[in-house]
Amino acid sequence: MTLGGTGPPATPEPSPERGSRILGGRGVLISTASTVLFFAAIAVFIALAPGSGLVAERFFSPFHLWHSLVGTQSEPSVLSAFLLNVYIFAISEVLILVLALVIAVVRQIPGPAFFPLRMVAVAYTDLFRGVPLILVLYMIGFGVPGLGLTFFSYFSDVTYGIIALVLVYSAYVAEVYRAGIESIHESQNAAARSLGLSRWQSMRFVVLPQAIRRVIPPLLNDFIGLQKDTALVSVLGSIEAARAAQIYGASQFNYASYVVAALLFVLITIPLARFTDRLIARDKRRREAGTLA
Amino acid sequence: MKTETSPALVLEGVRKSFGENEVLKGIDLTVAPHEVVCLIGASGSGKSTLLRCVNLIEPLDAGRVVVEGAEITARGVNANHIRQRIGIVYQAFNLFPHMTVLRNITLAPREVLGMGRADAEEQALSLLERFGLSDRRNEYPDRLSGGQQQRVAIVRALAMRPHLMLLDEVTSALDPELVAEVLSVIRELAGEGMTMLIATHEMGFARDIADRVCFLEEGRILEEGPPERIFTSPENPRTRRFLSRIIAAGRL
Repeated sequence: MTLGGTGPPATPEPSPERGSRILGGRGVLISTASTVLFFAAIAVFIALAPGSGLVAERFFSPFHLWHSLVGTQSEPSVLSAFLLNVYIFAISEVLILVLALVIAVVRQIPGPAFFPLRMVAVAYTDLFRGVPLILVLYMIGFGVPGLGLTFFSYFSDVTYGIIALVLVYSAYVAEVYRAGIESIHESQNAAARSLGLSRWQSMRFVVLPQAIRRVIPPLLNDFIGLQKDTALVSVLGSIEAARAAQIYGASQFNYASYVVAALLFVLITIPLARFTDRLIARDKRRREAGTLA
Repeated sequence: MKTETSPALVLEGVRKSFGENEVLKGIDLTVAPHEVVCLIGASGSGKSTLLRCVNLIEPLDAGRVVVEGAEITARGVNANHIRQRIGIVYQAFNLFPHMTVLRNITLAPREVLGMGRADAEEQALSLLERFGLSDRRNEYPDRLSGGQQQRVAIVRALAMRPHLMLLDEVTSALDPELVAEVLSVIRELAGEGMTMLIATHEMGFARDIADRVCFLEEGRILEEGPPERIFTSPENPRTRRFLSRIIAAGRL
């Protein structure tokens, strides 16, 4: 899209006194100097604070950071335990995307005959958005095996954990989808129906593709939350990263293992967060291009 | 065959209310095959609602709609099948922004009529060619001018091979210099014998193209007749008042 001469410029011209773009070298120099000073001051403050040596030993000991990461003969590796988090996350995410979409679409089906279905969808989202995830984990993970049912009572802890995550997060994600569906103007549906498309075809080809594109940023936000909440599956006994870190910390009386687990979670969250930023920026550019057309 | 002799469209006592507000207060109208009927009247007189009732996008409160001899307001009639035969073009284009021009046009023929991809695209391309849009086939609607978007919307409706076209103020959202290109497309359709029911504010255009003009006010057809008579010697004082306002505004 080329910007023509019409309309005001997208960004105002920077005034000559400010900004590294105009001042070039000098602005960069000032920002570098202030950054170095700022962090040096923080480092000195921490180093001089009472007990800083103990903090360094308990949280950041290179020995314990490394050994908790790779594991020892008696303690599990936080890194390999973290693979379980990734596994839980990957499976749950796919199931959530599908189940939530079904719930959101069911909620939109019009007509008196479908009232009970709509009611179930509404009740589902109300219920599972309101109940704390940890309670759902207990009820599914301890309750269902306790029933002694054939088949259903003999899943692994991880499977019960995934079921609980899917139940809770689908309720959130269904609401995100619903917001997207309702943001598509009714005239789009009218245009599709006028061409002879059925209600379902209009939903599938016209409404949903636009709605989903619009809600990708909030969807990714929910998935960052999901990545972290995989740690809660440890309450059922699965040794995932947080639990492995706890085992190491308890036996070595050192918290470096928690730092390792925390860094692993942050490491996989950051790319997703930056990806979300990029999508939002792209969407904004596209919208602005659209208004010029 | 019945369709050869019966009118293209018959409306009988069509009524429609939105809440307390009765927008259509009993409309009777018959459109013959190959006839072009223009609906004129002030904003809010019910023109757009009438068009939306014809293809049942708005359900009627009372009355009958008969298309080519078949009553479509009867119980148990599948509205999706009816709409395939009636093309409608809206003031705001309503193209699908996430699809290319070509996909906008081929979507309904493929999904509704079950045409193969190659056939649907061949038909779409020949229509685009005819209306001077073939170089735009892979663009997204946002990248087109308003006039181009509206012509694509017309092509999209034509791709379903409709027997009847409803045009709802199709030039009202366009910049003045883009109106002509859209009107010339409609003239071409009229020249080919397409049956059309057109709601419009373009009085000069209505006078040129219409076989019959209907003046709507407050949900009723107050006067109808050939354009020469309606625009030069209207009988109803309200038609006269409406047209004198139009002339005062320099729109005729």
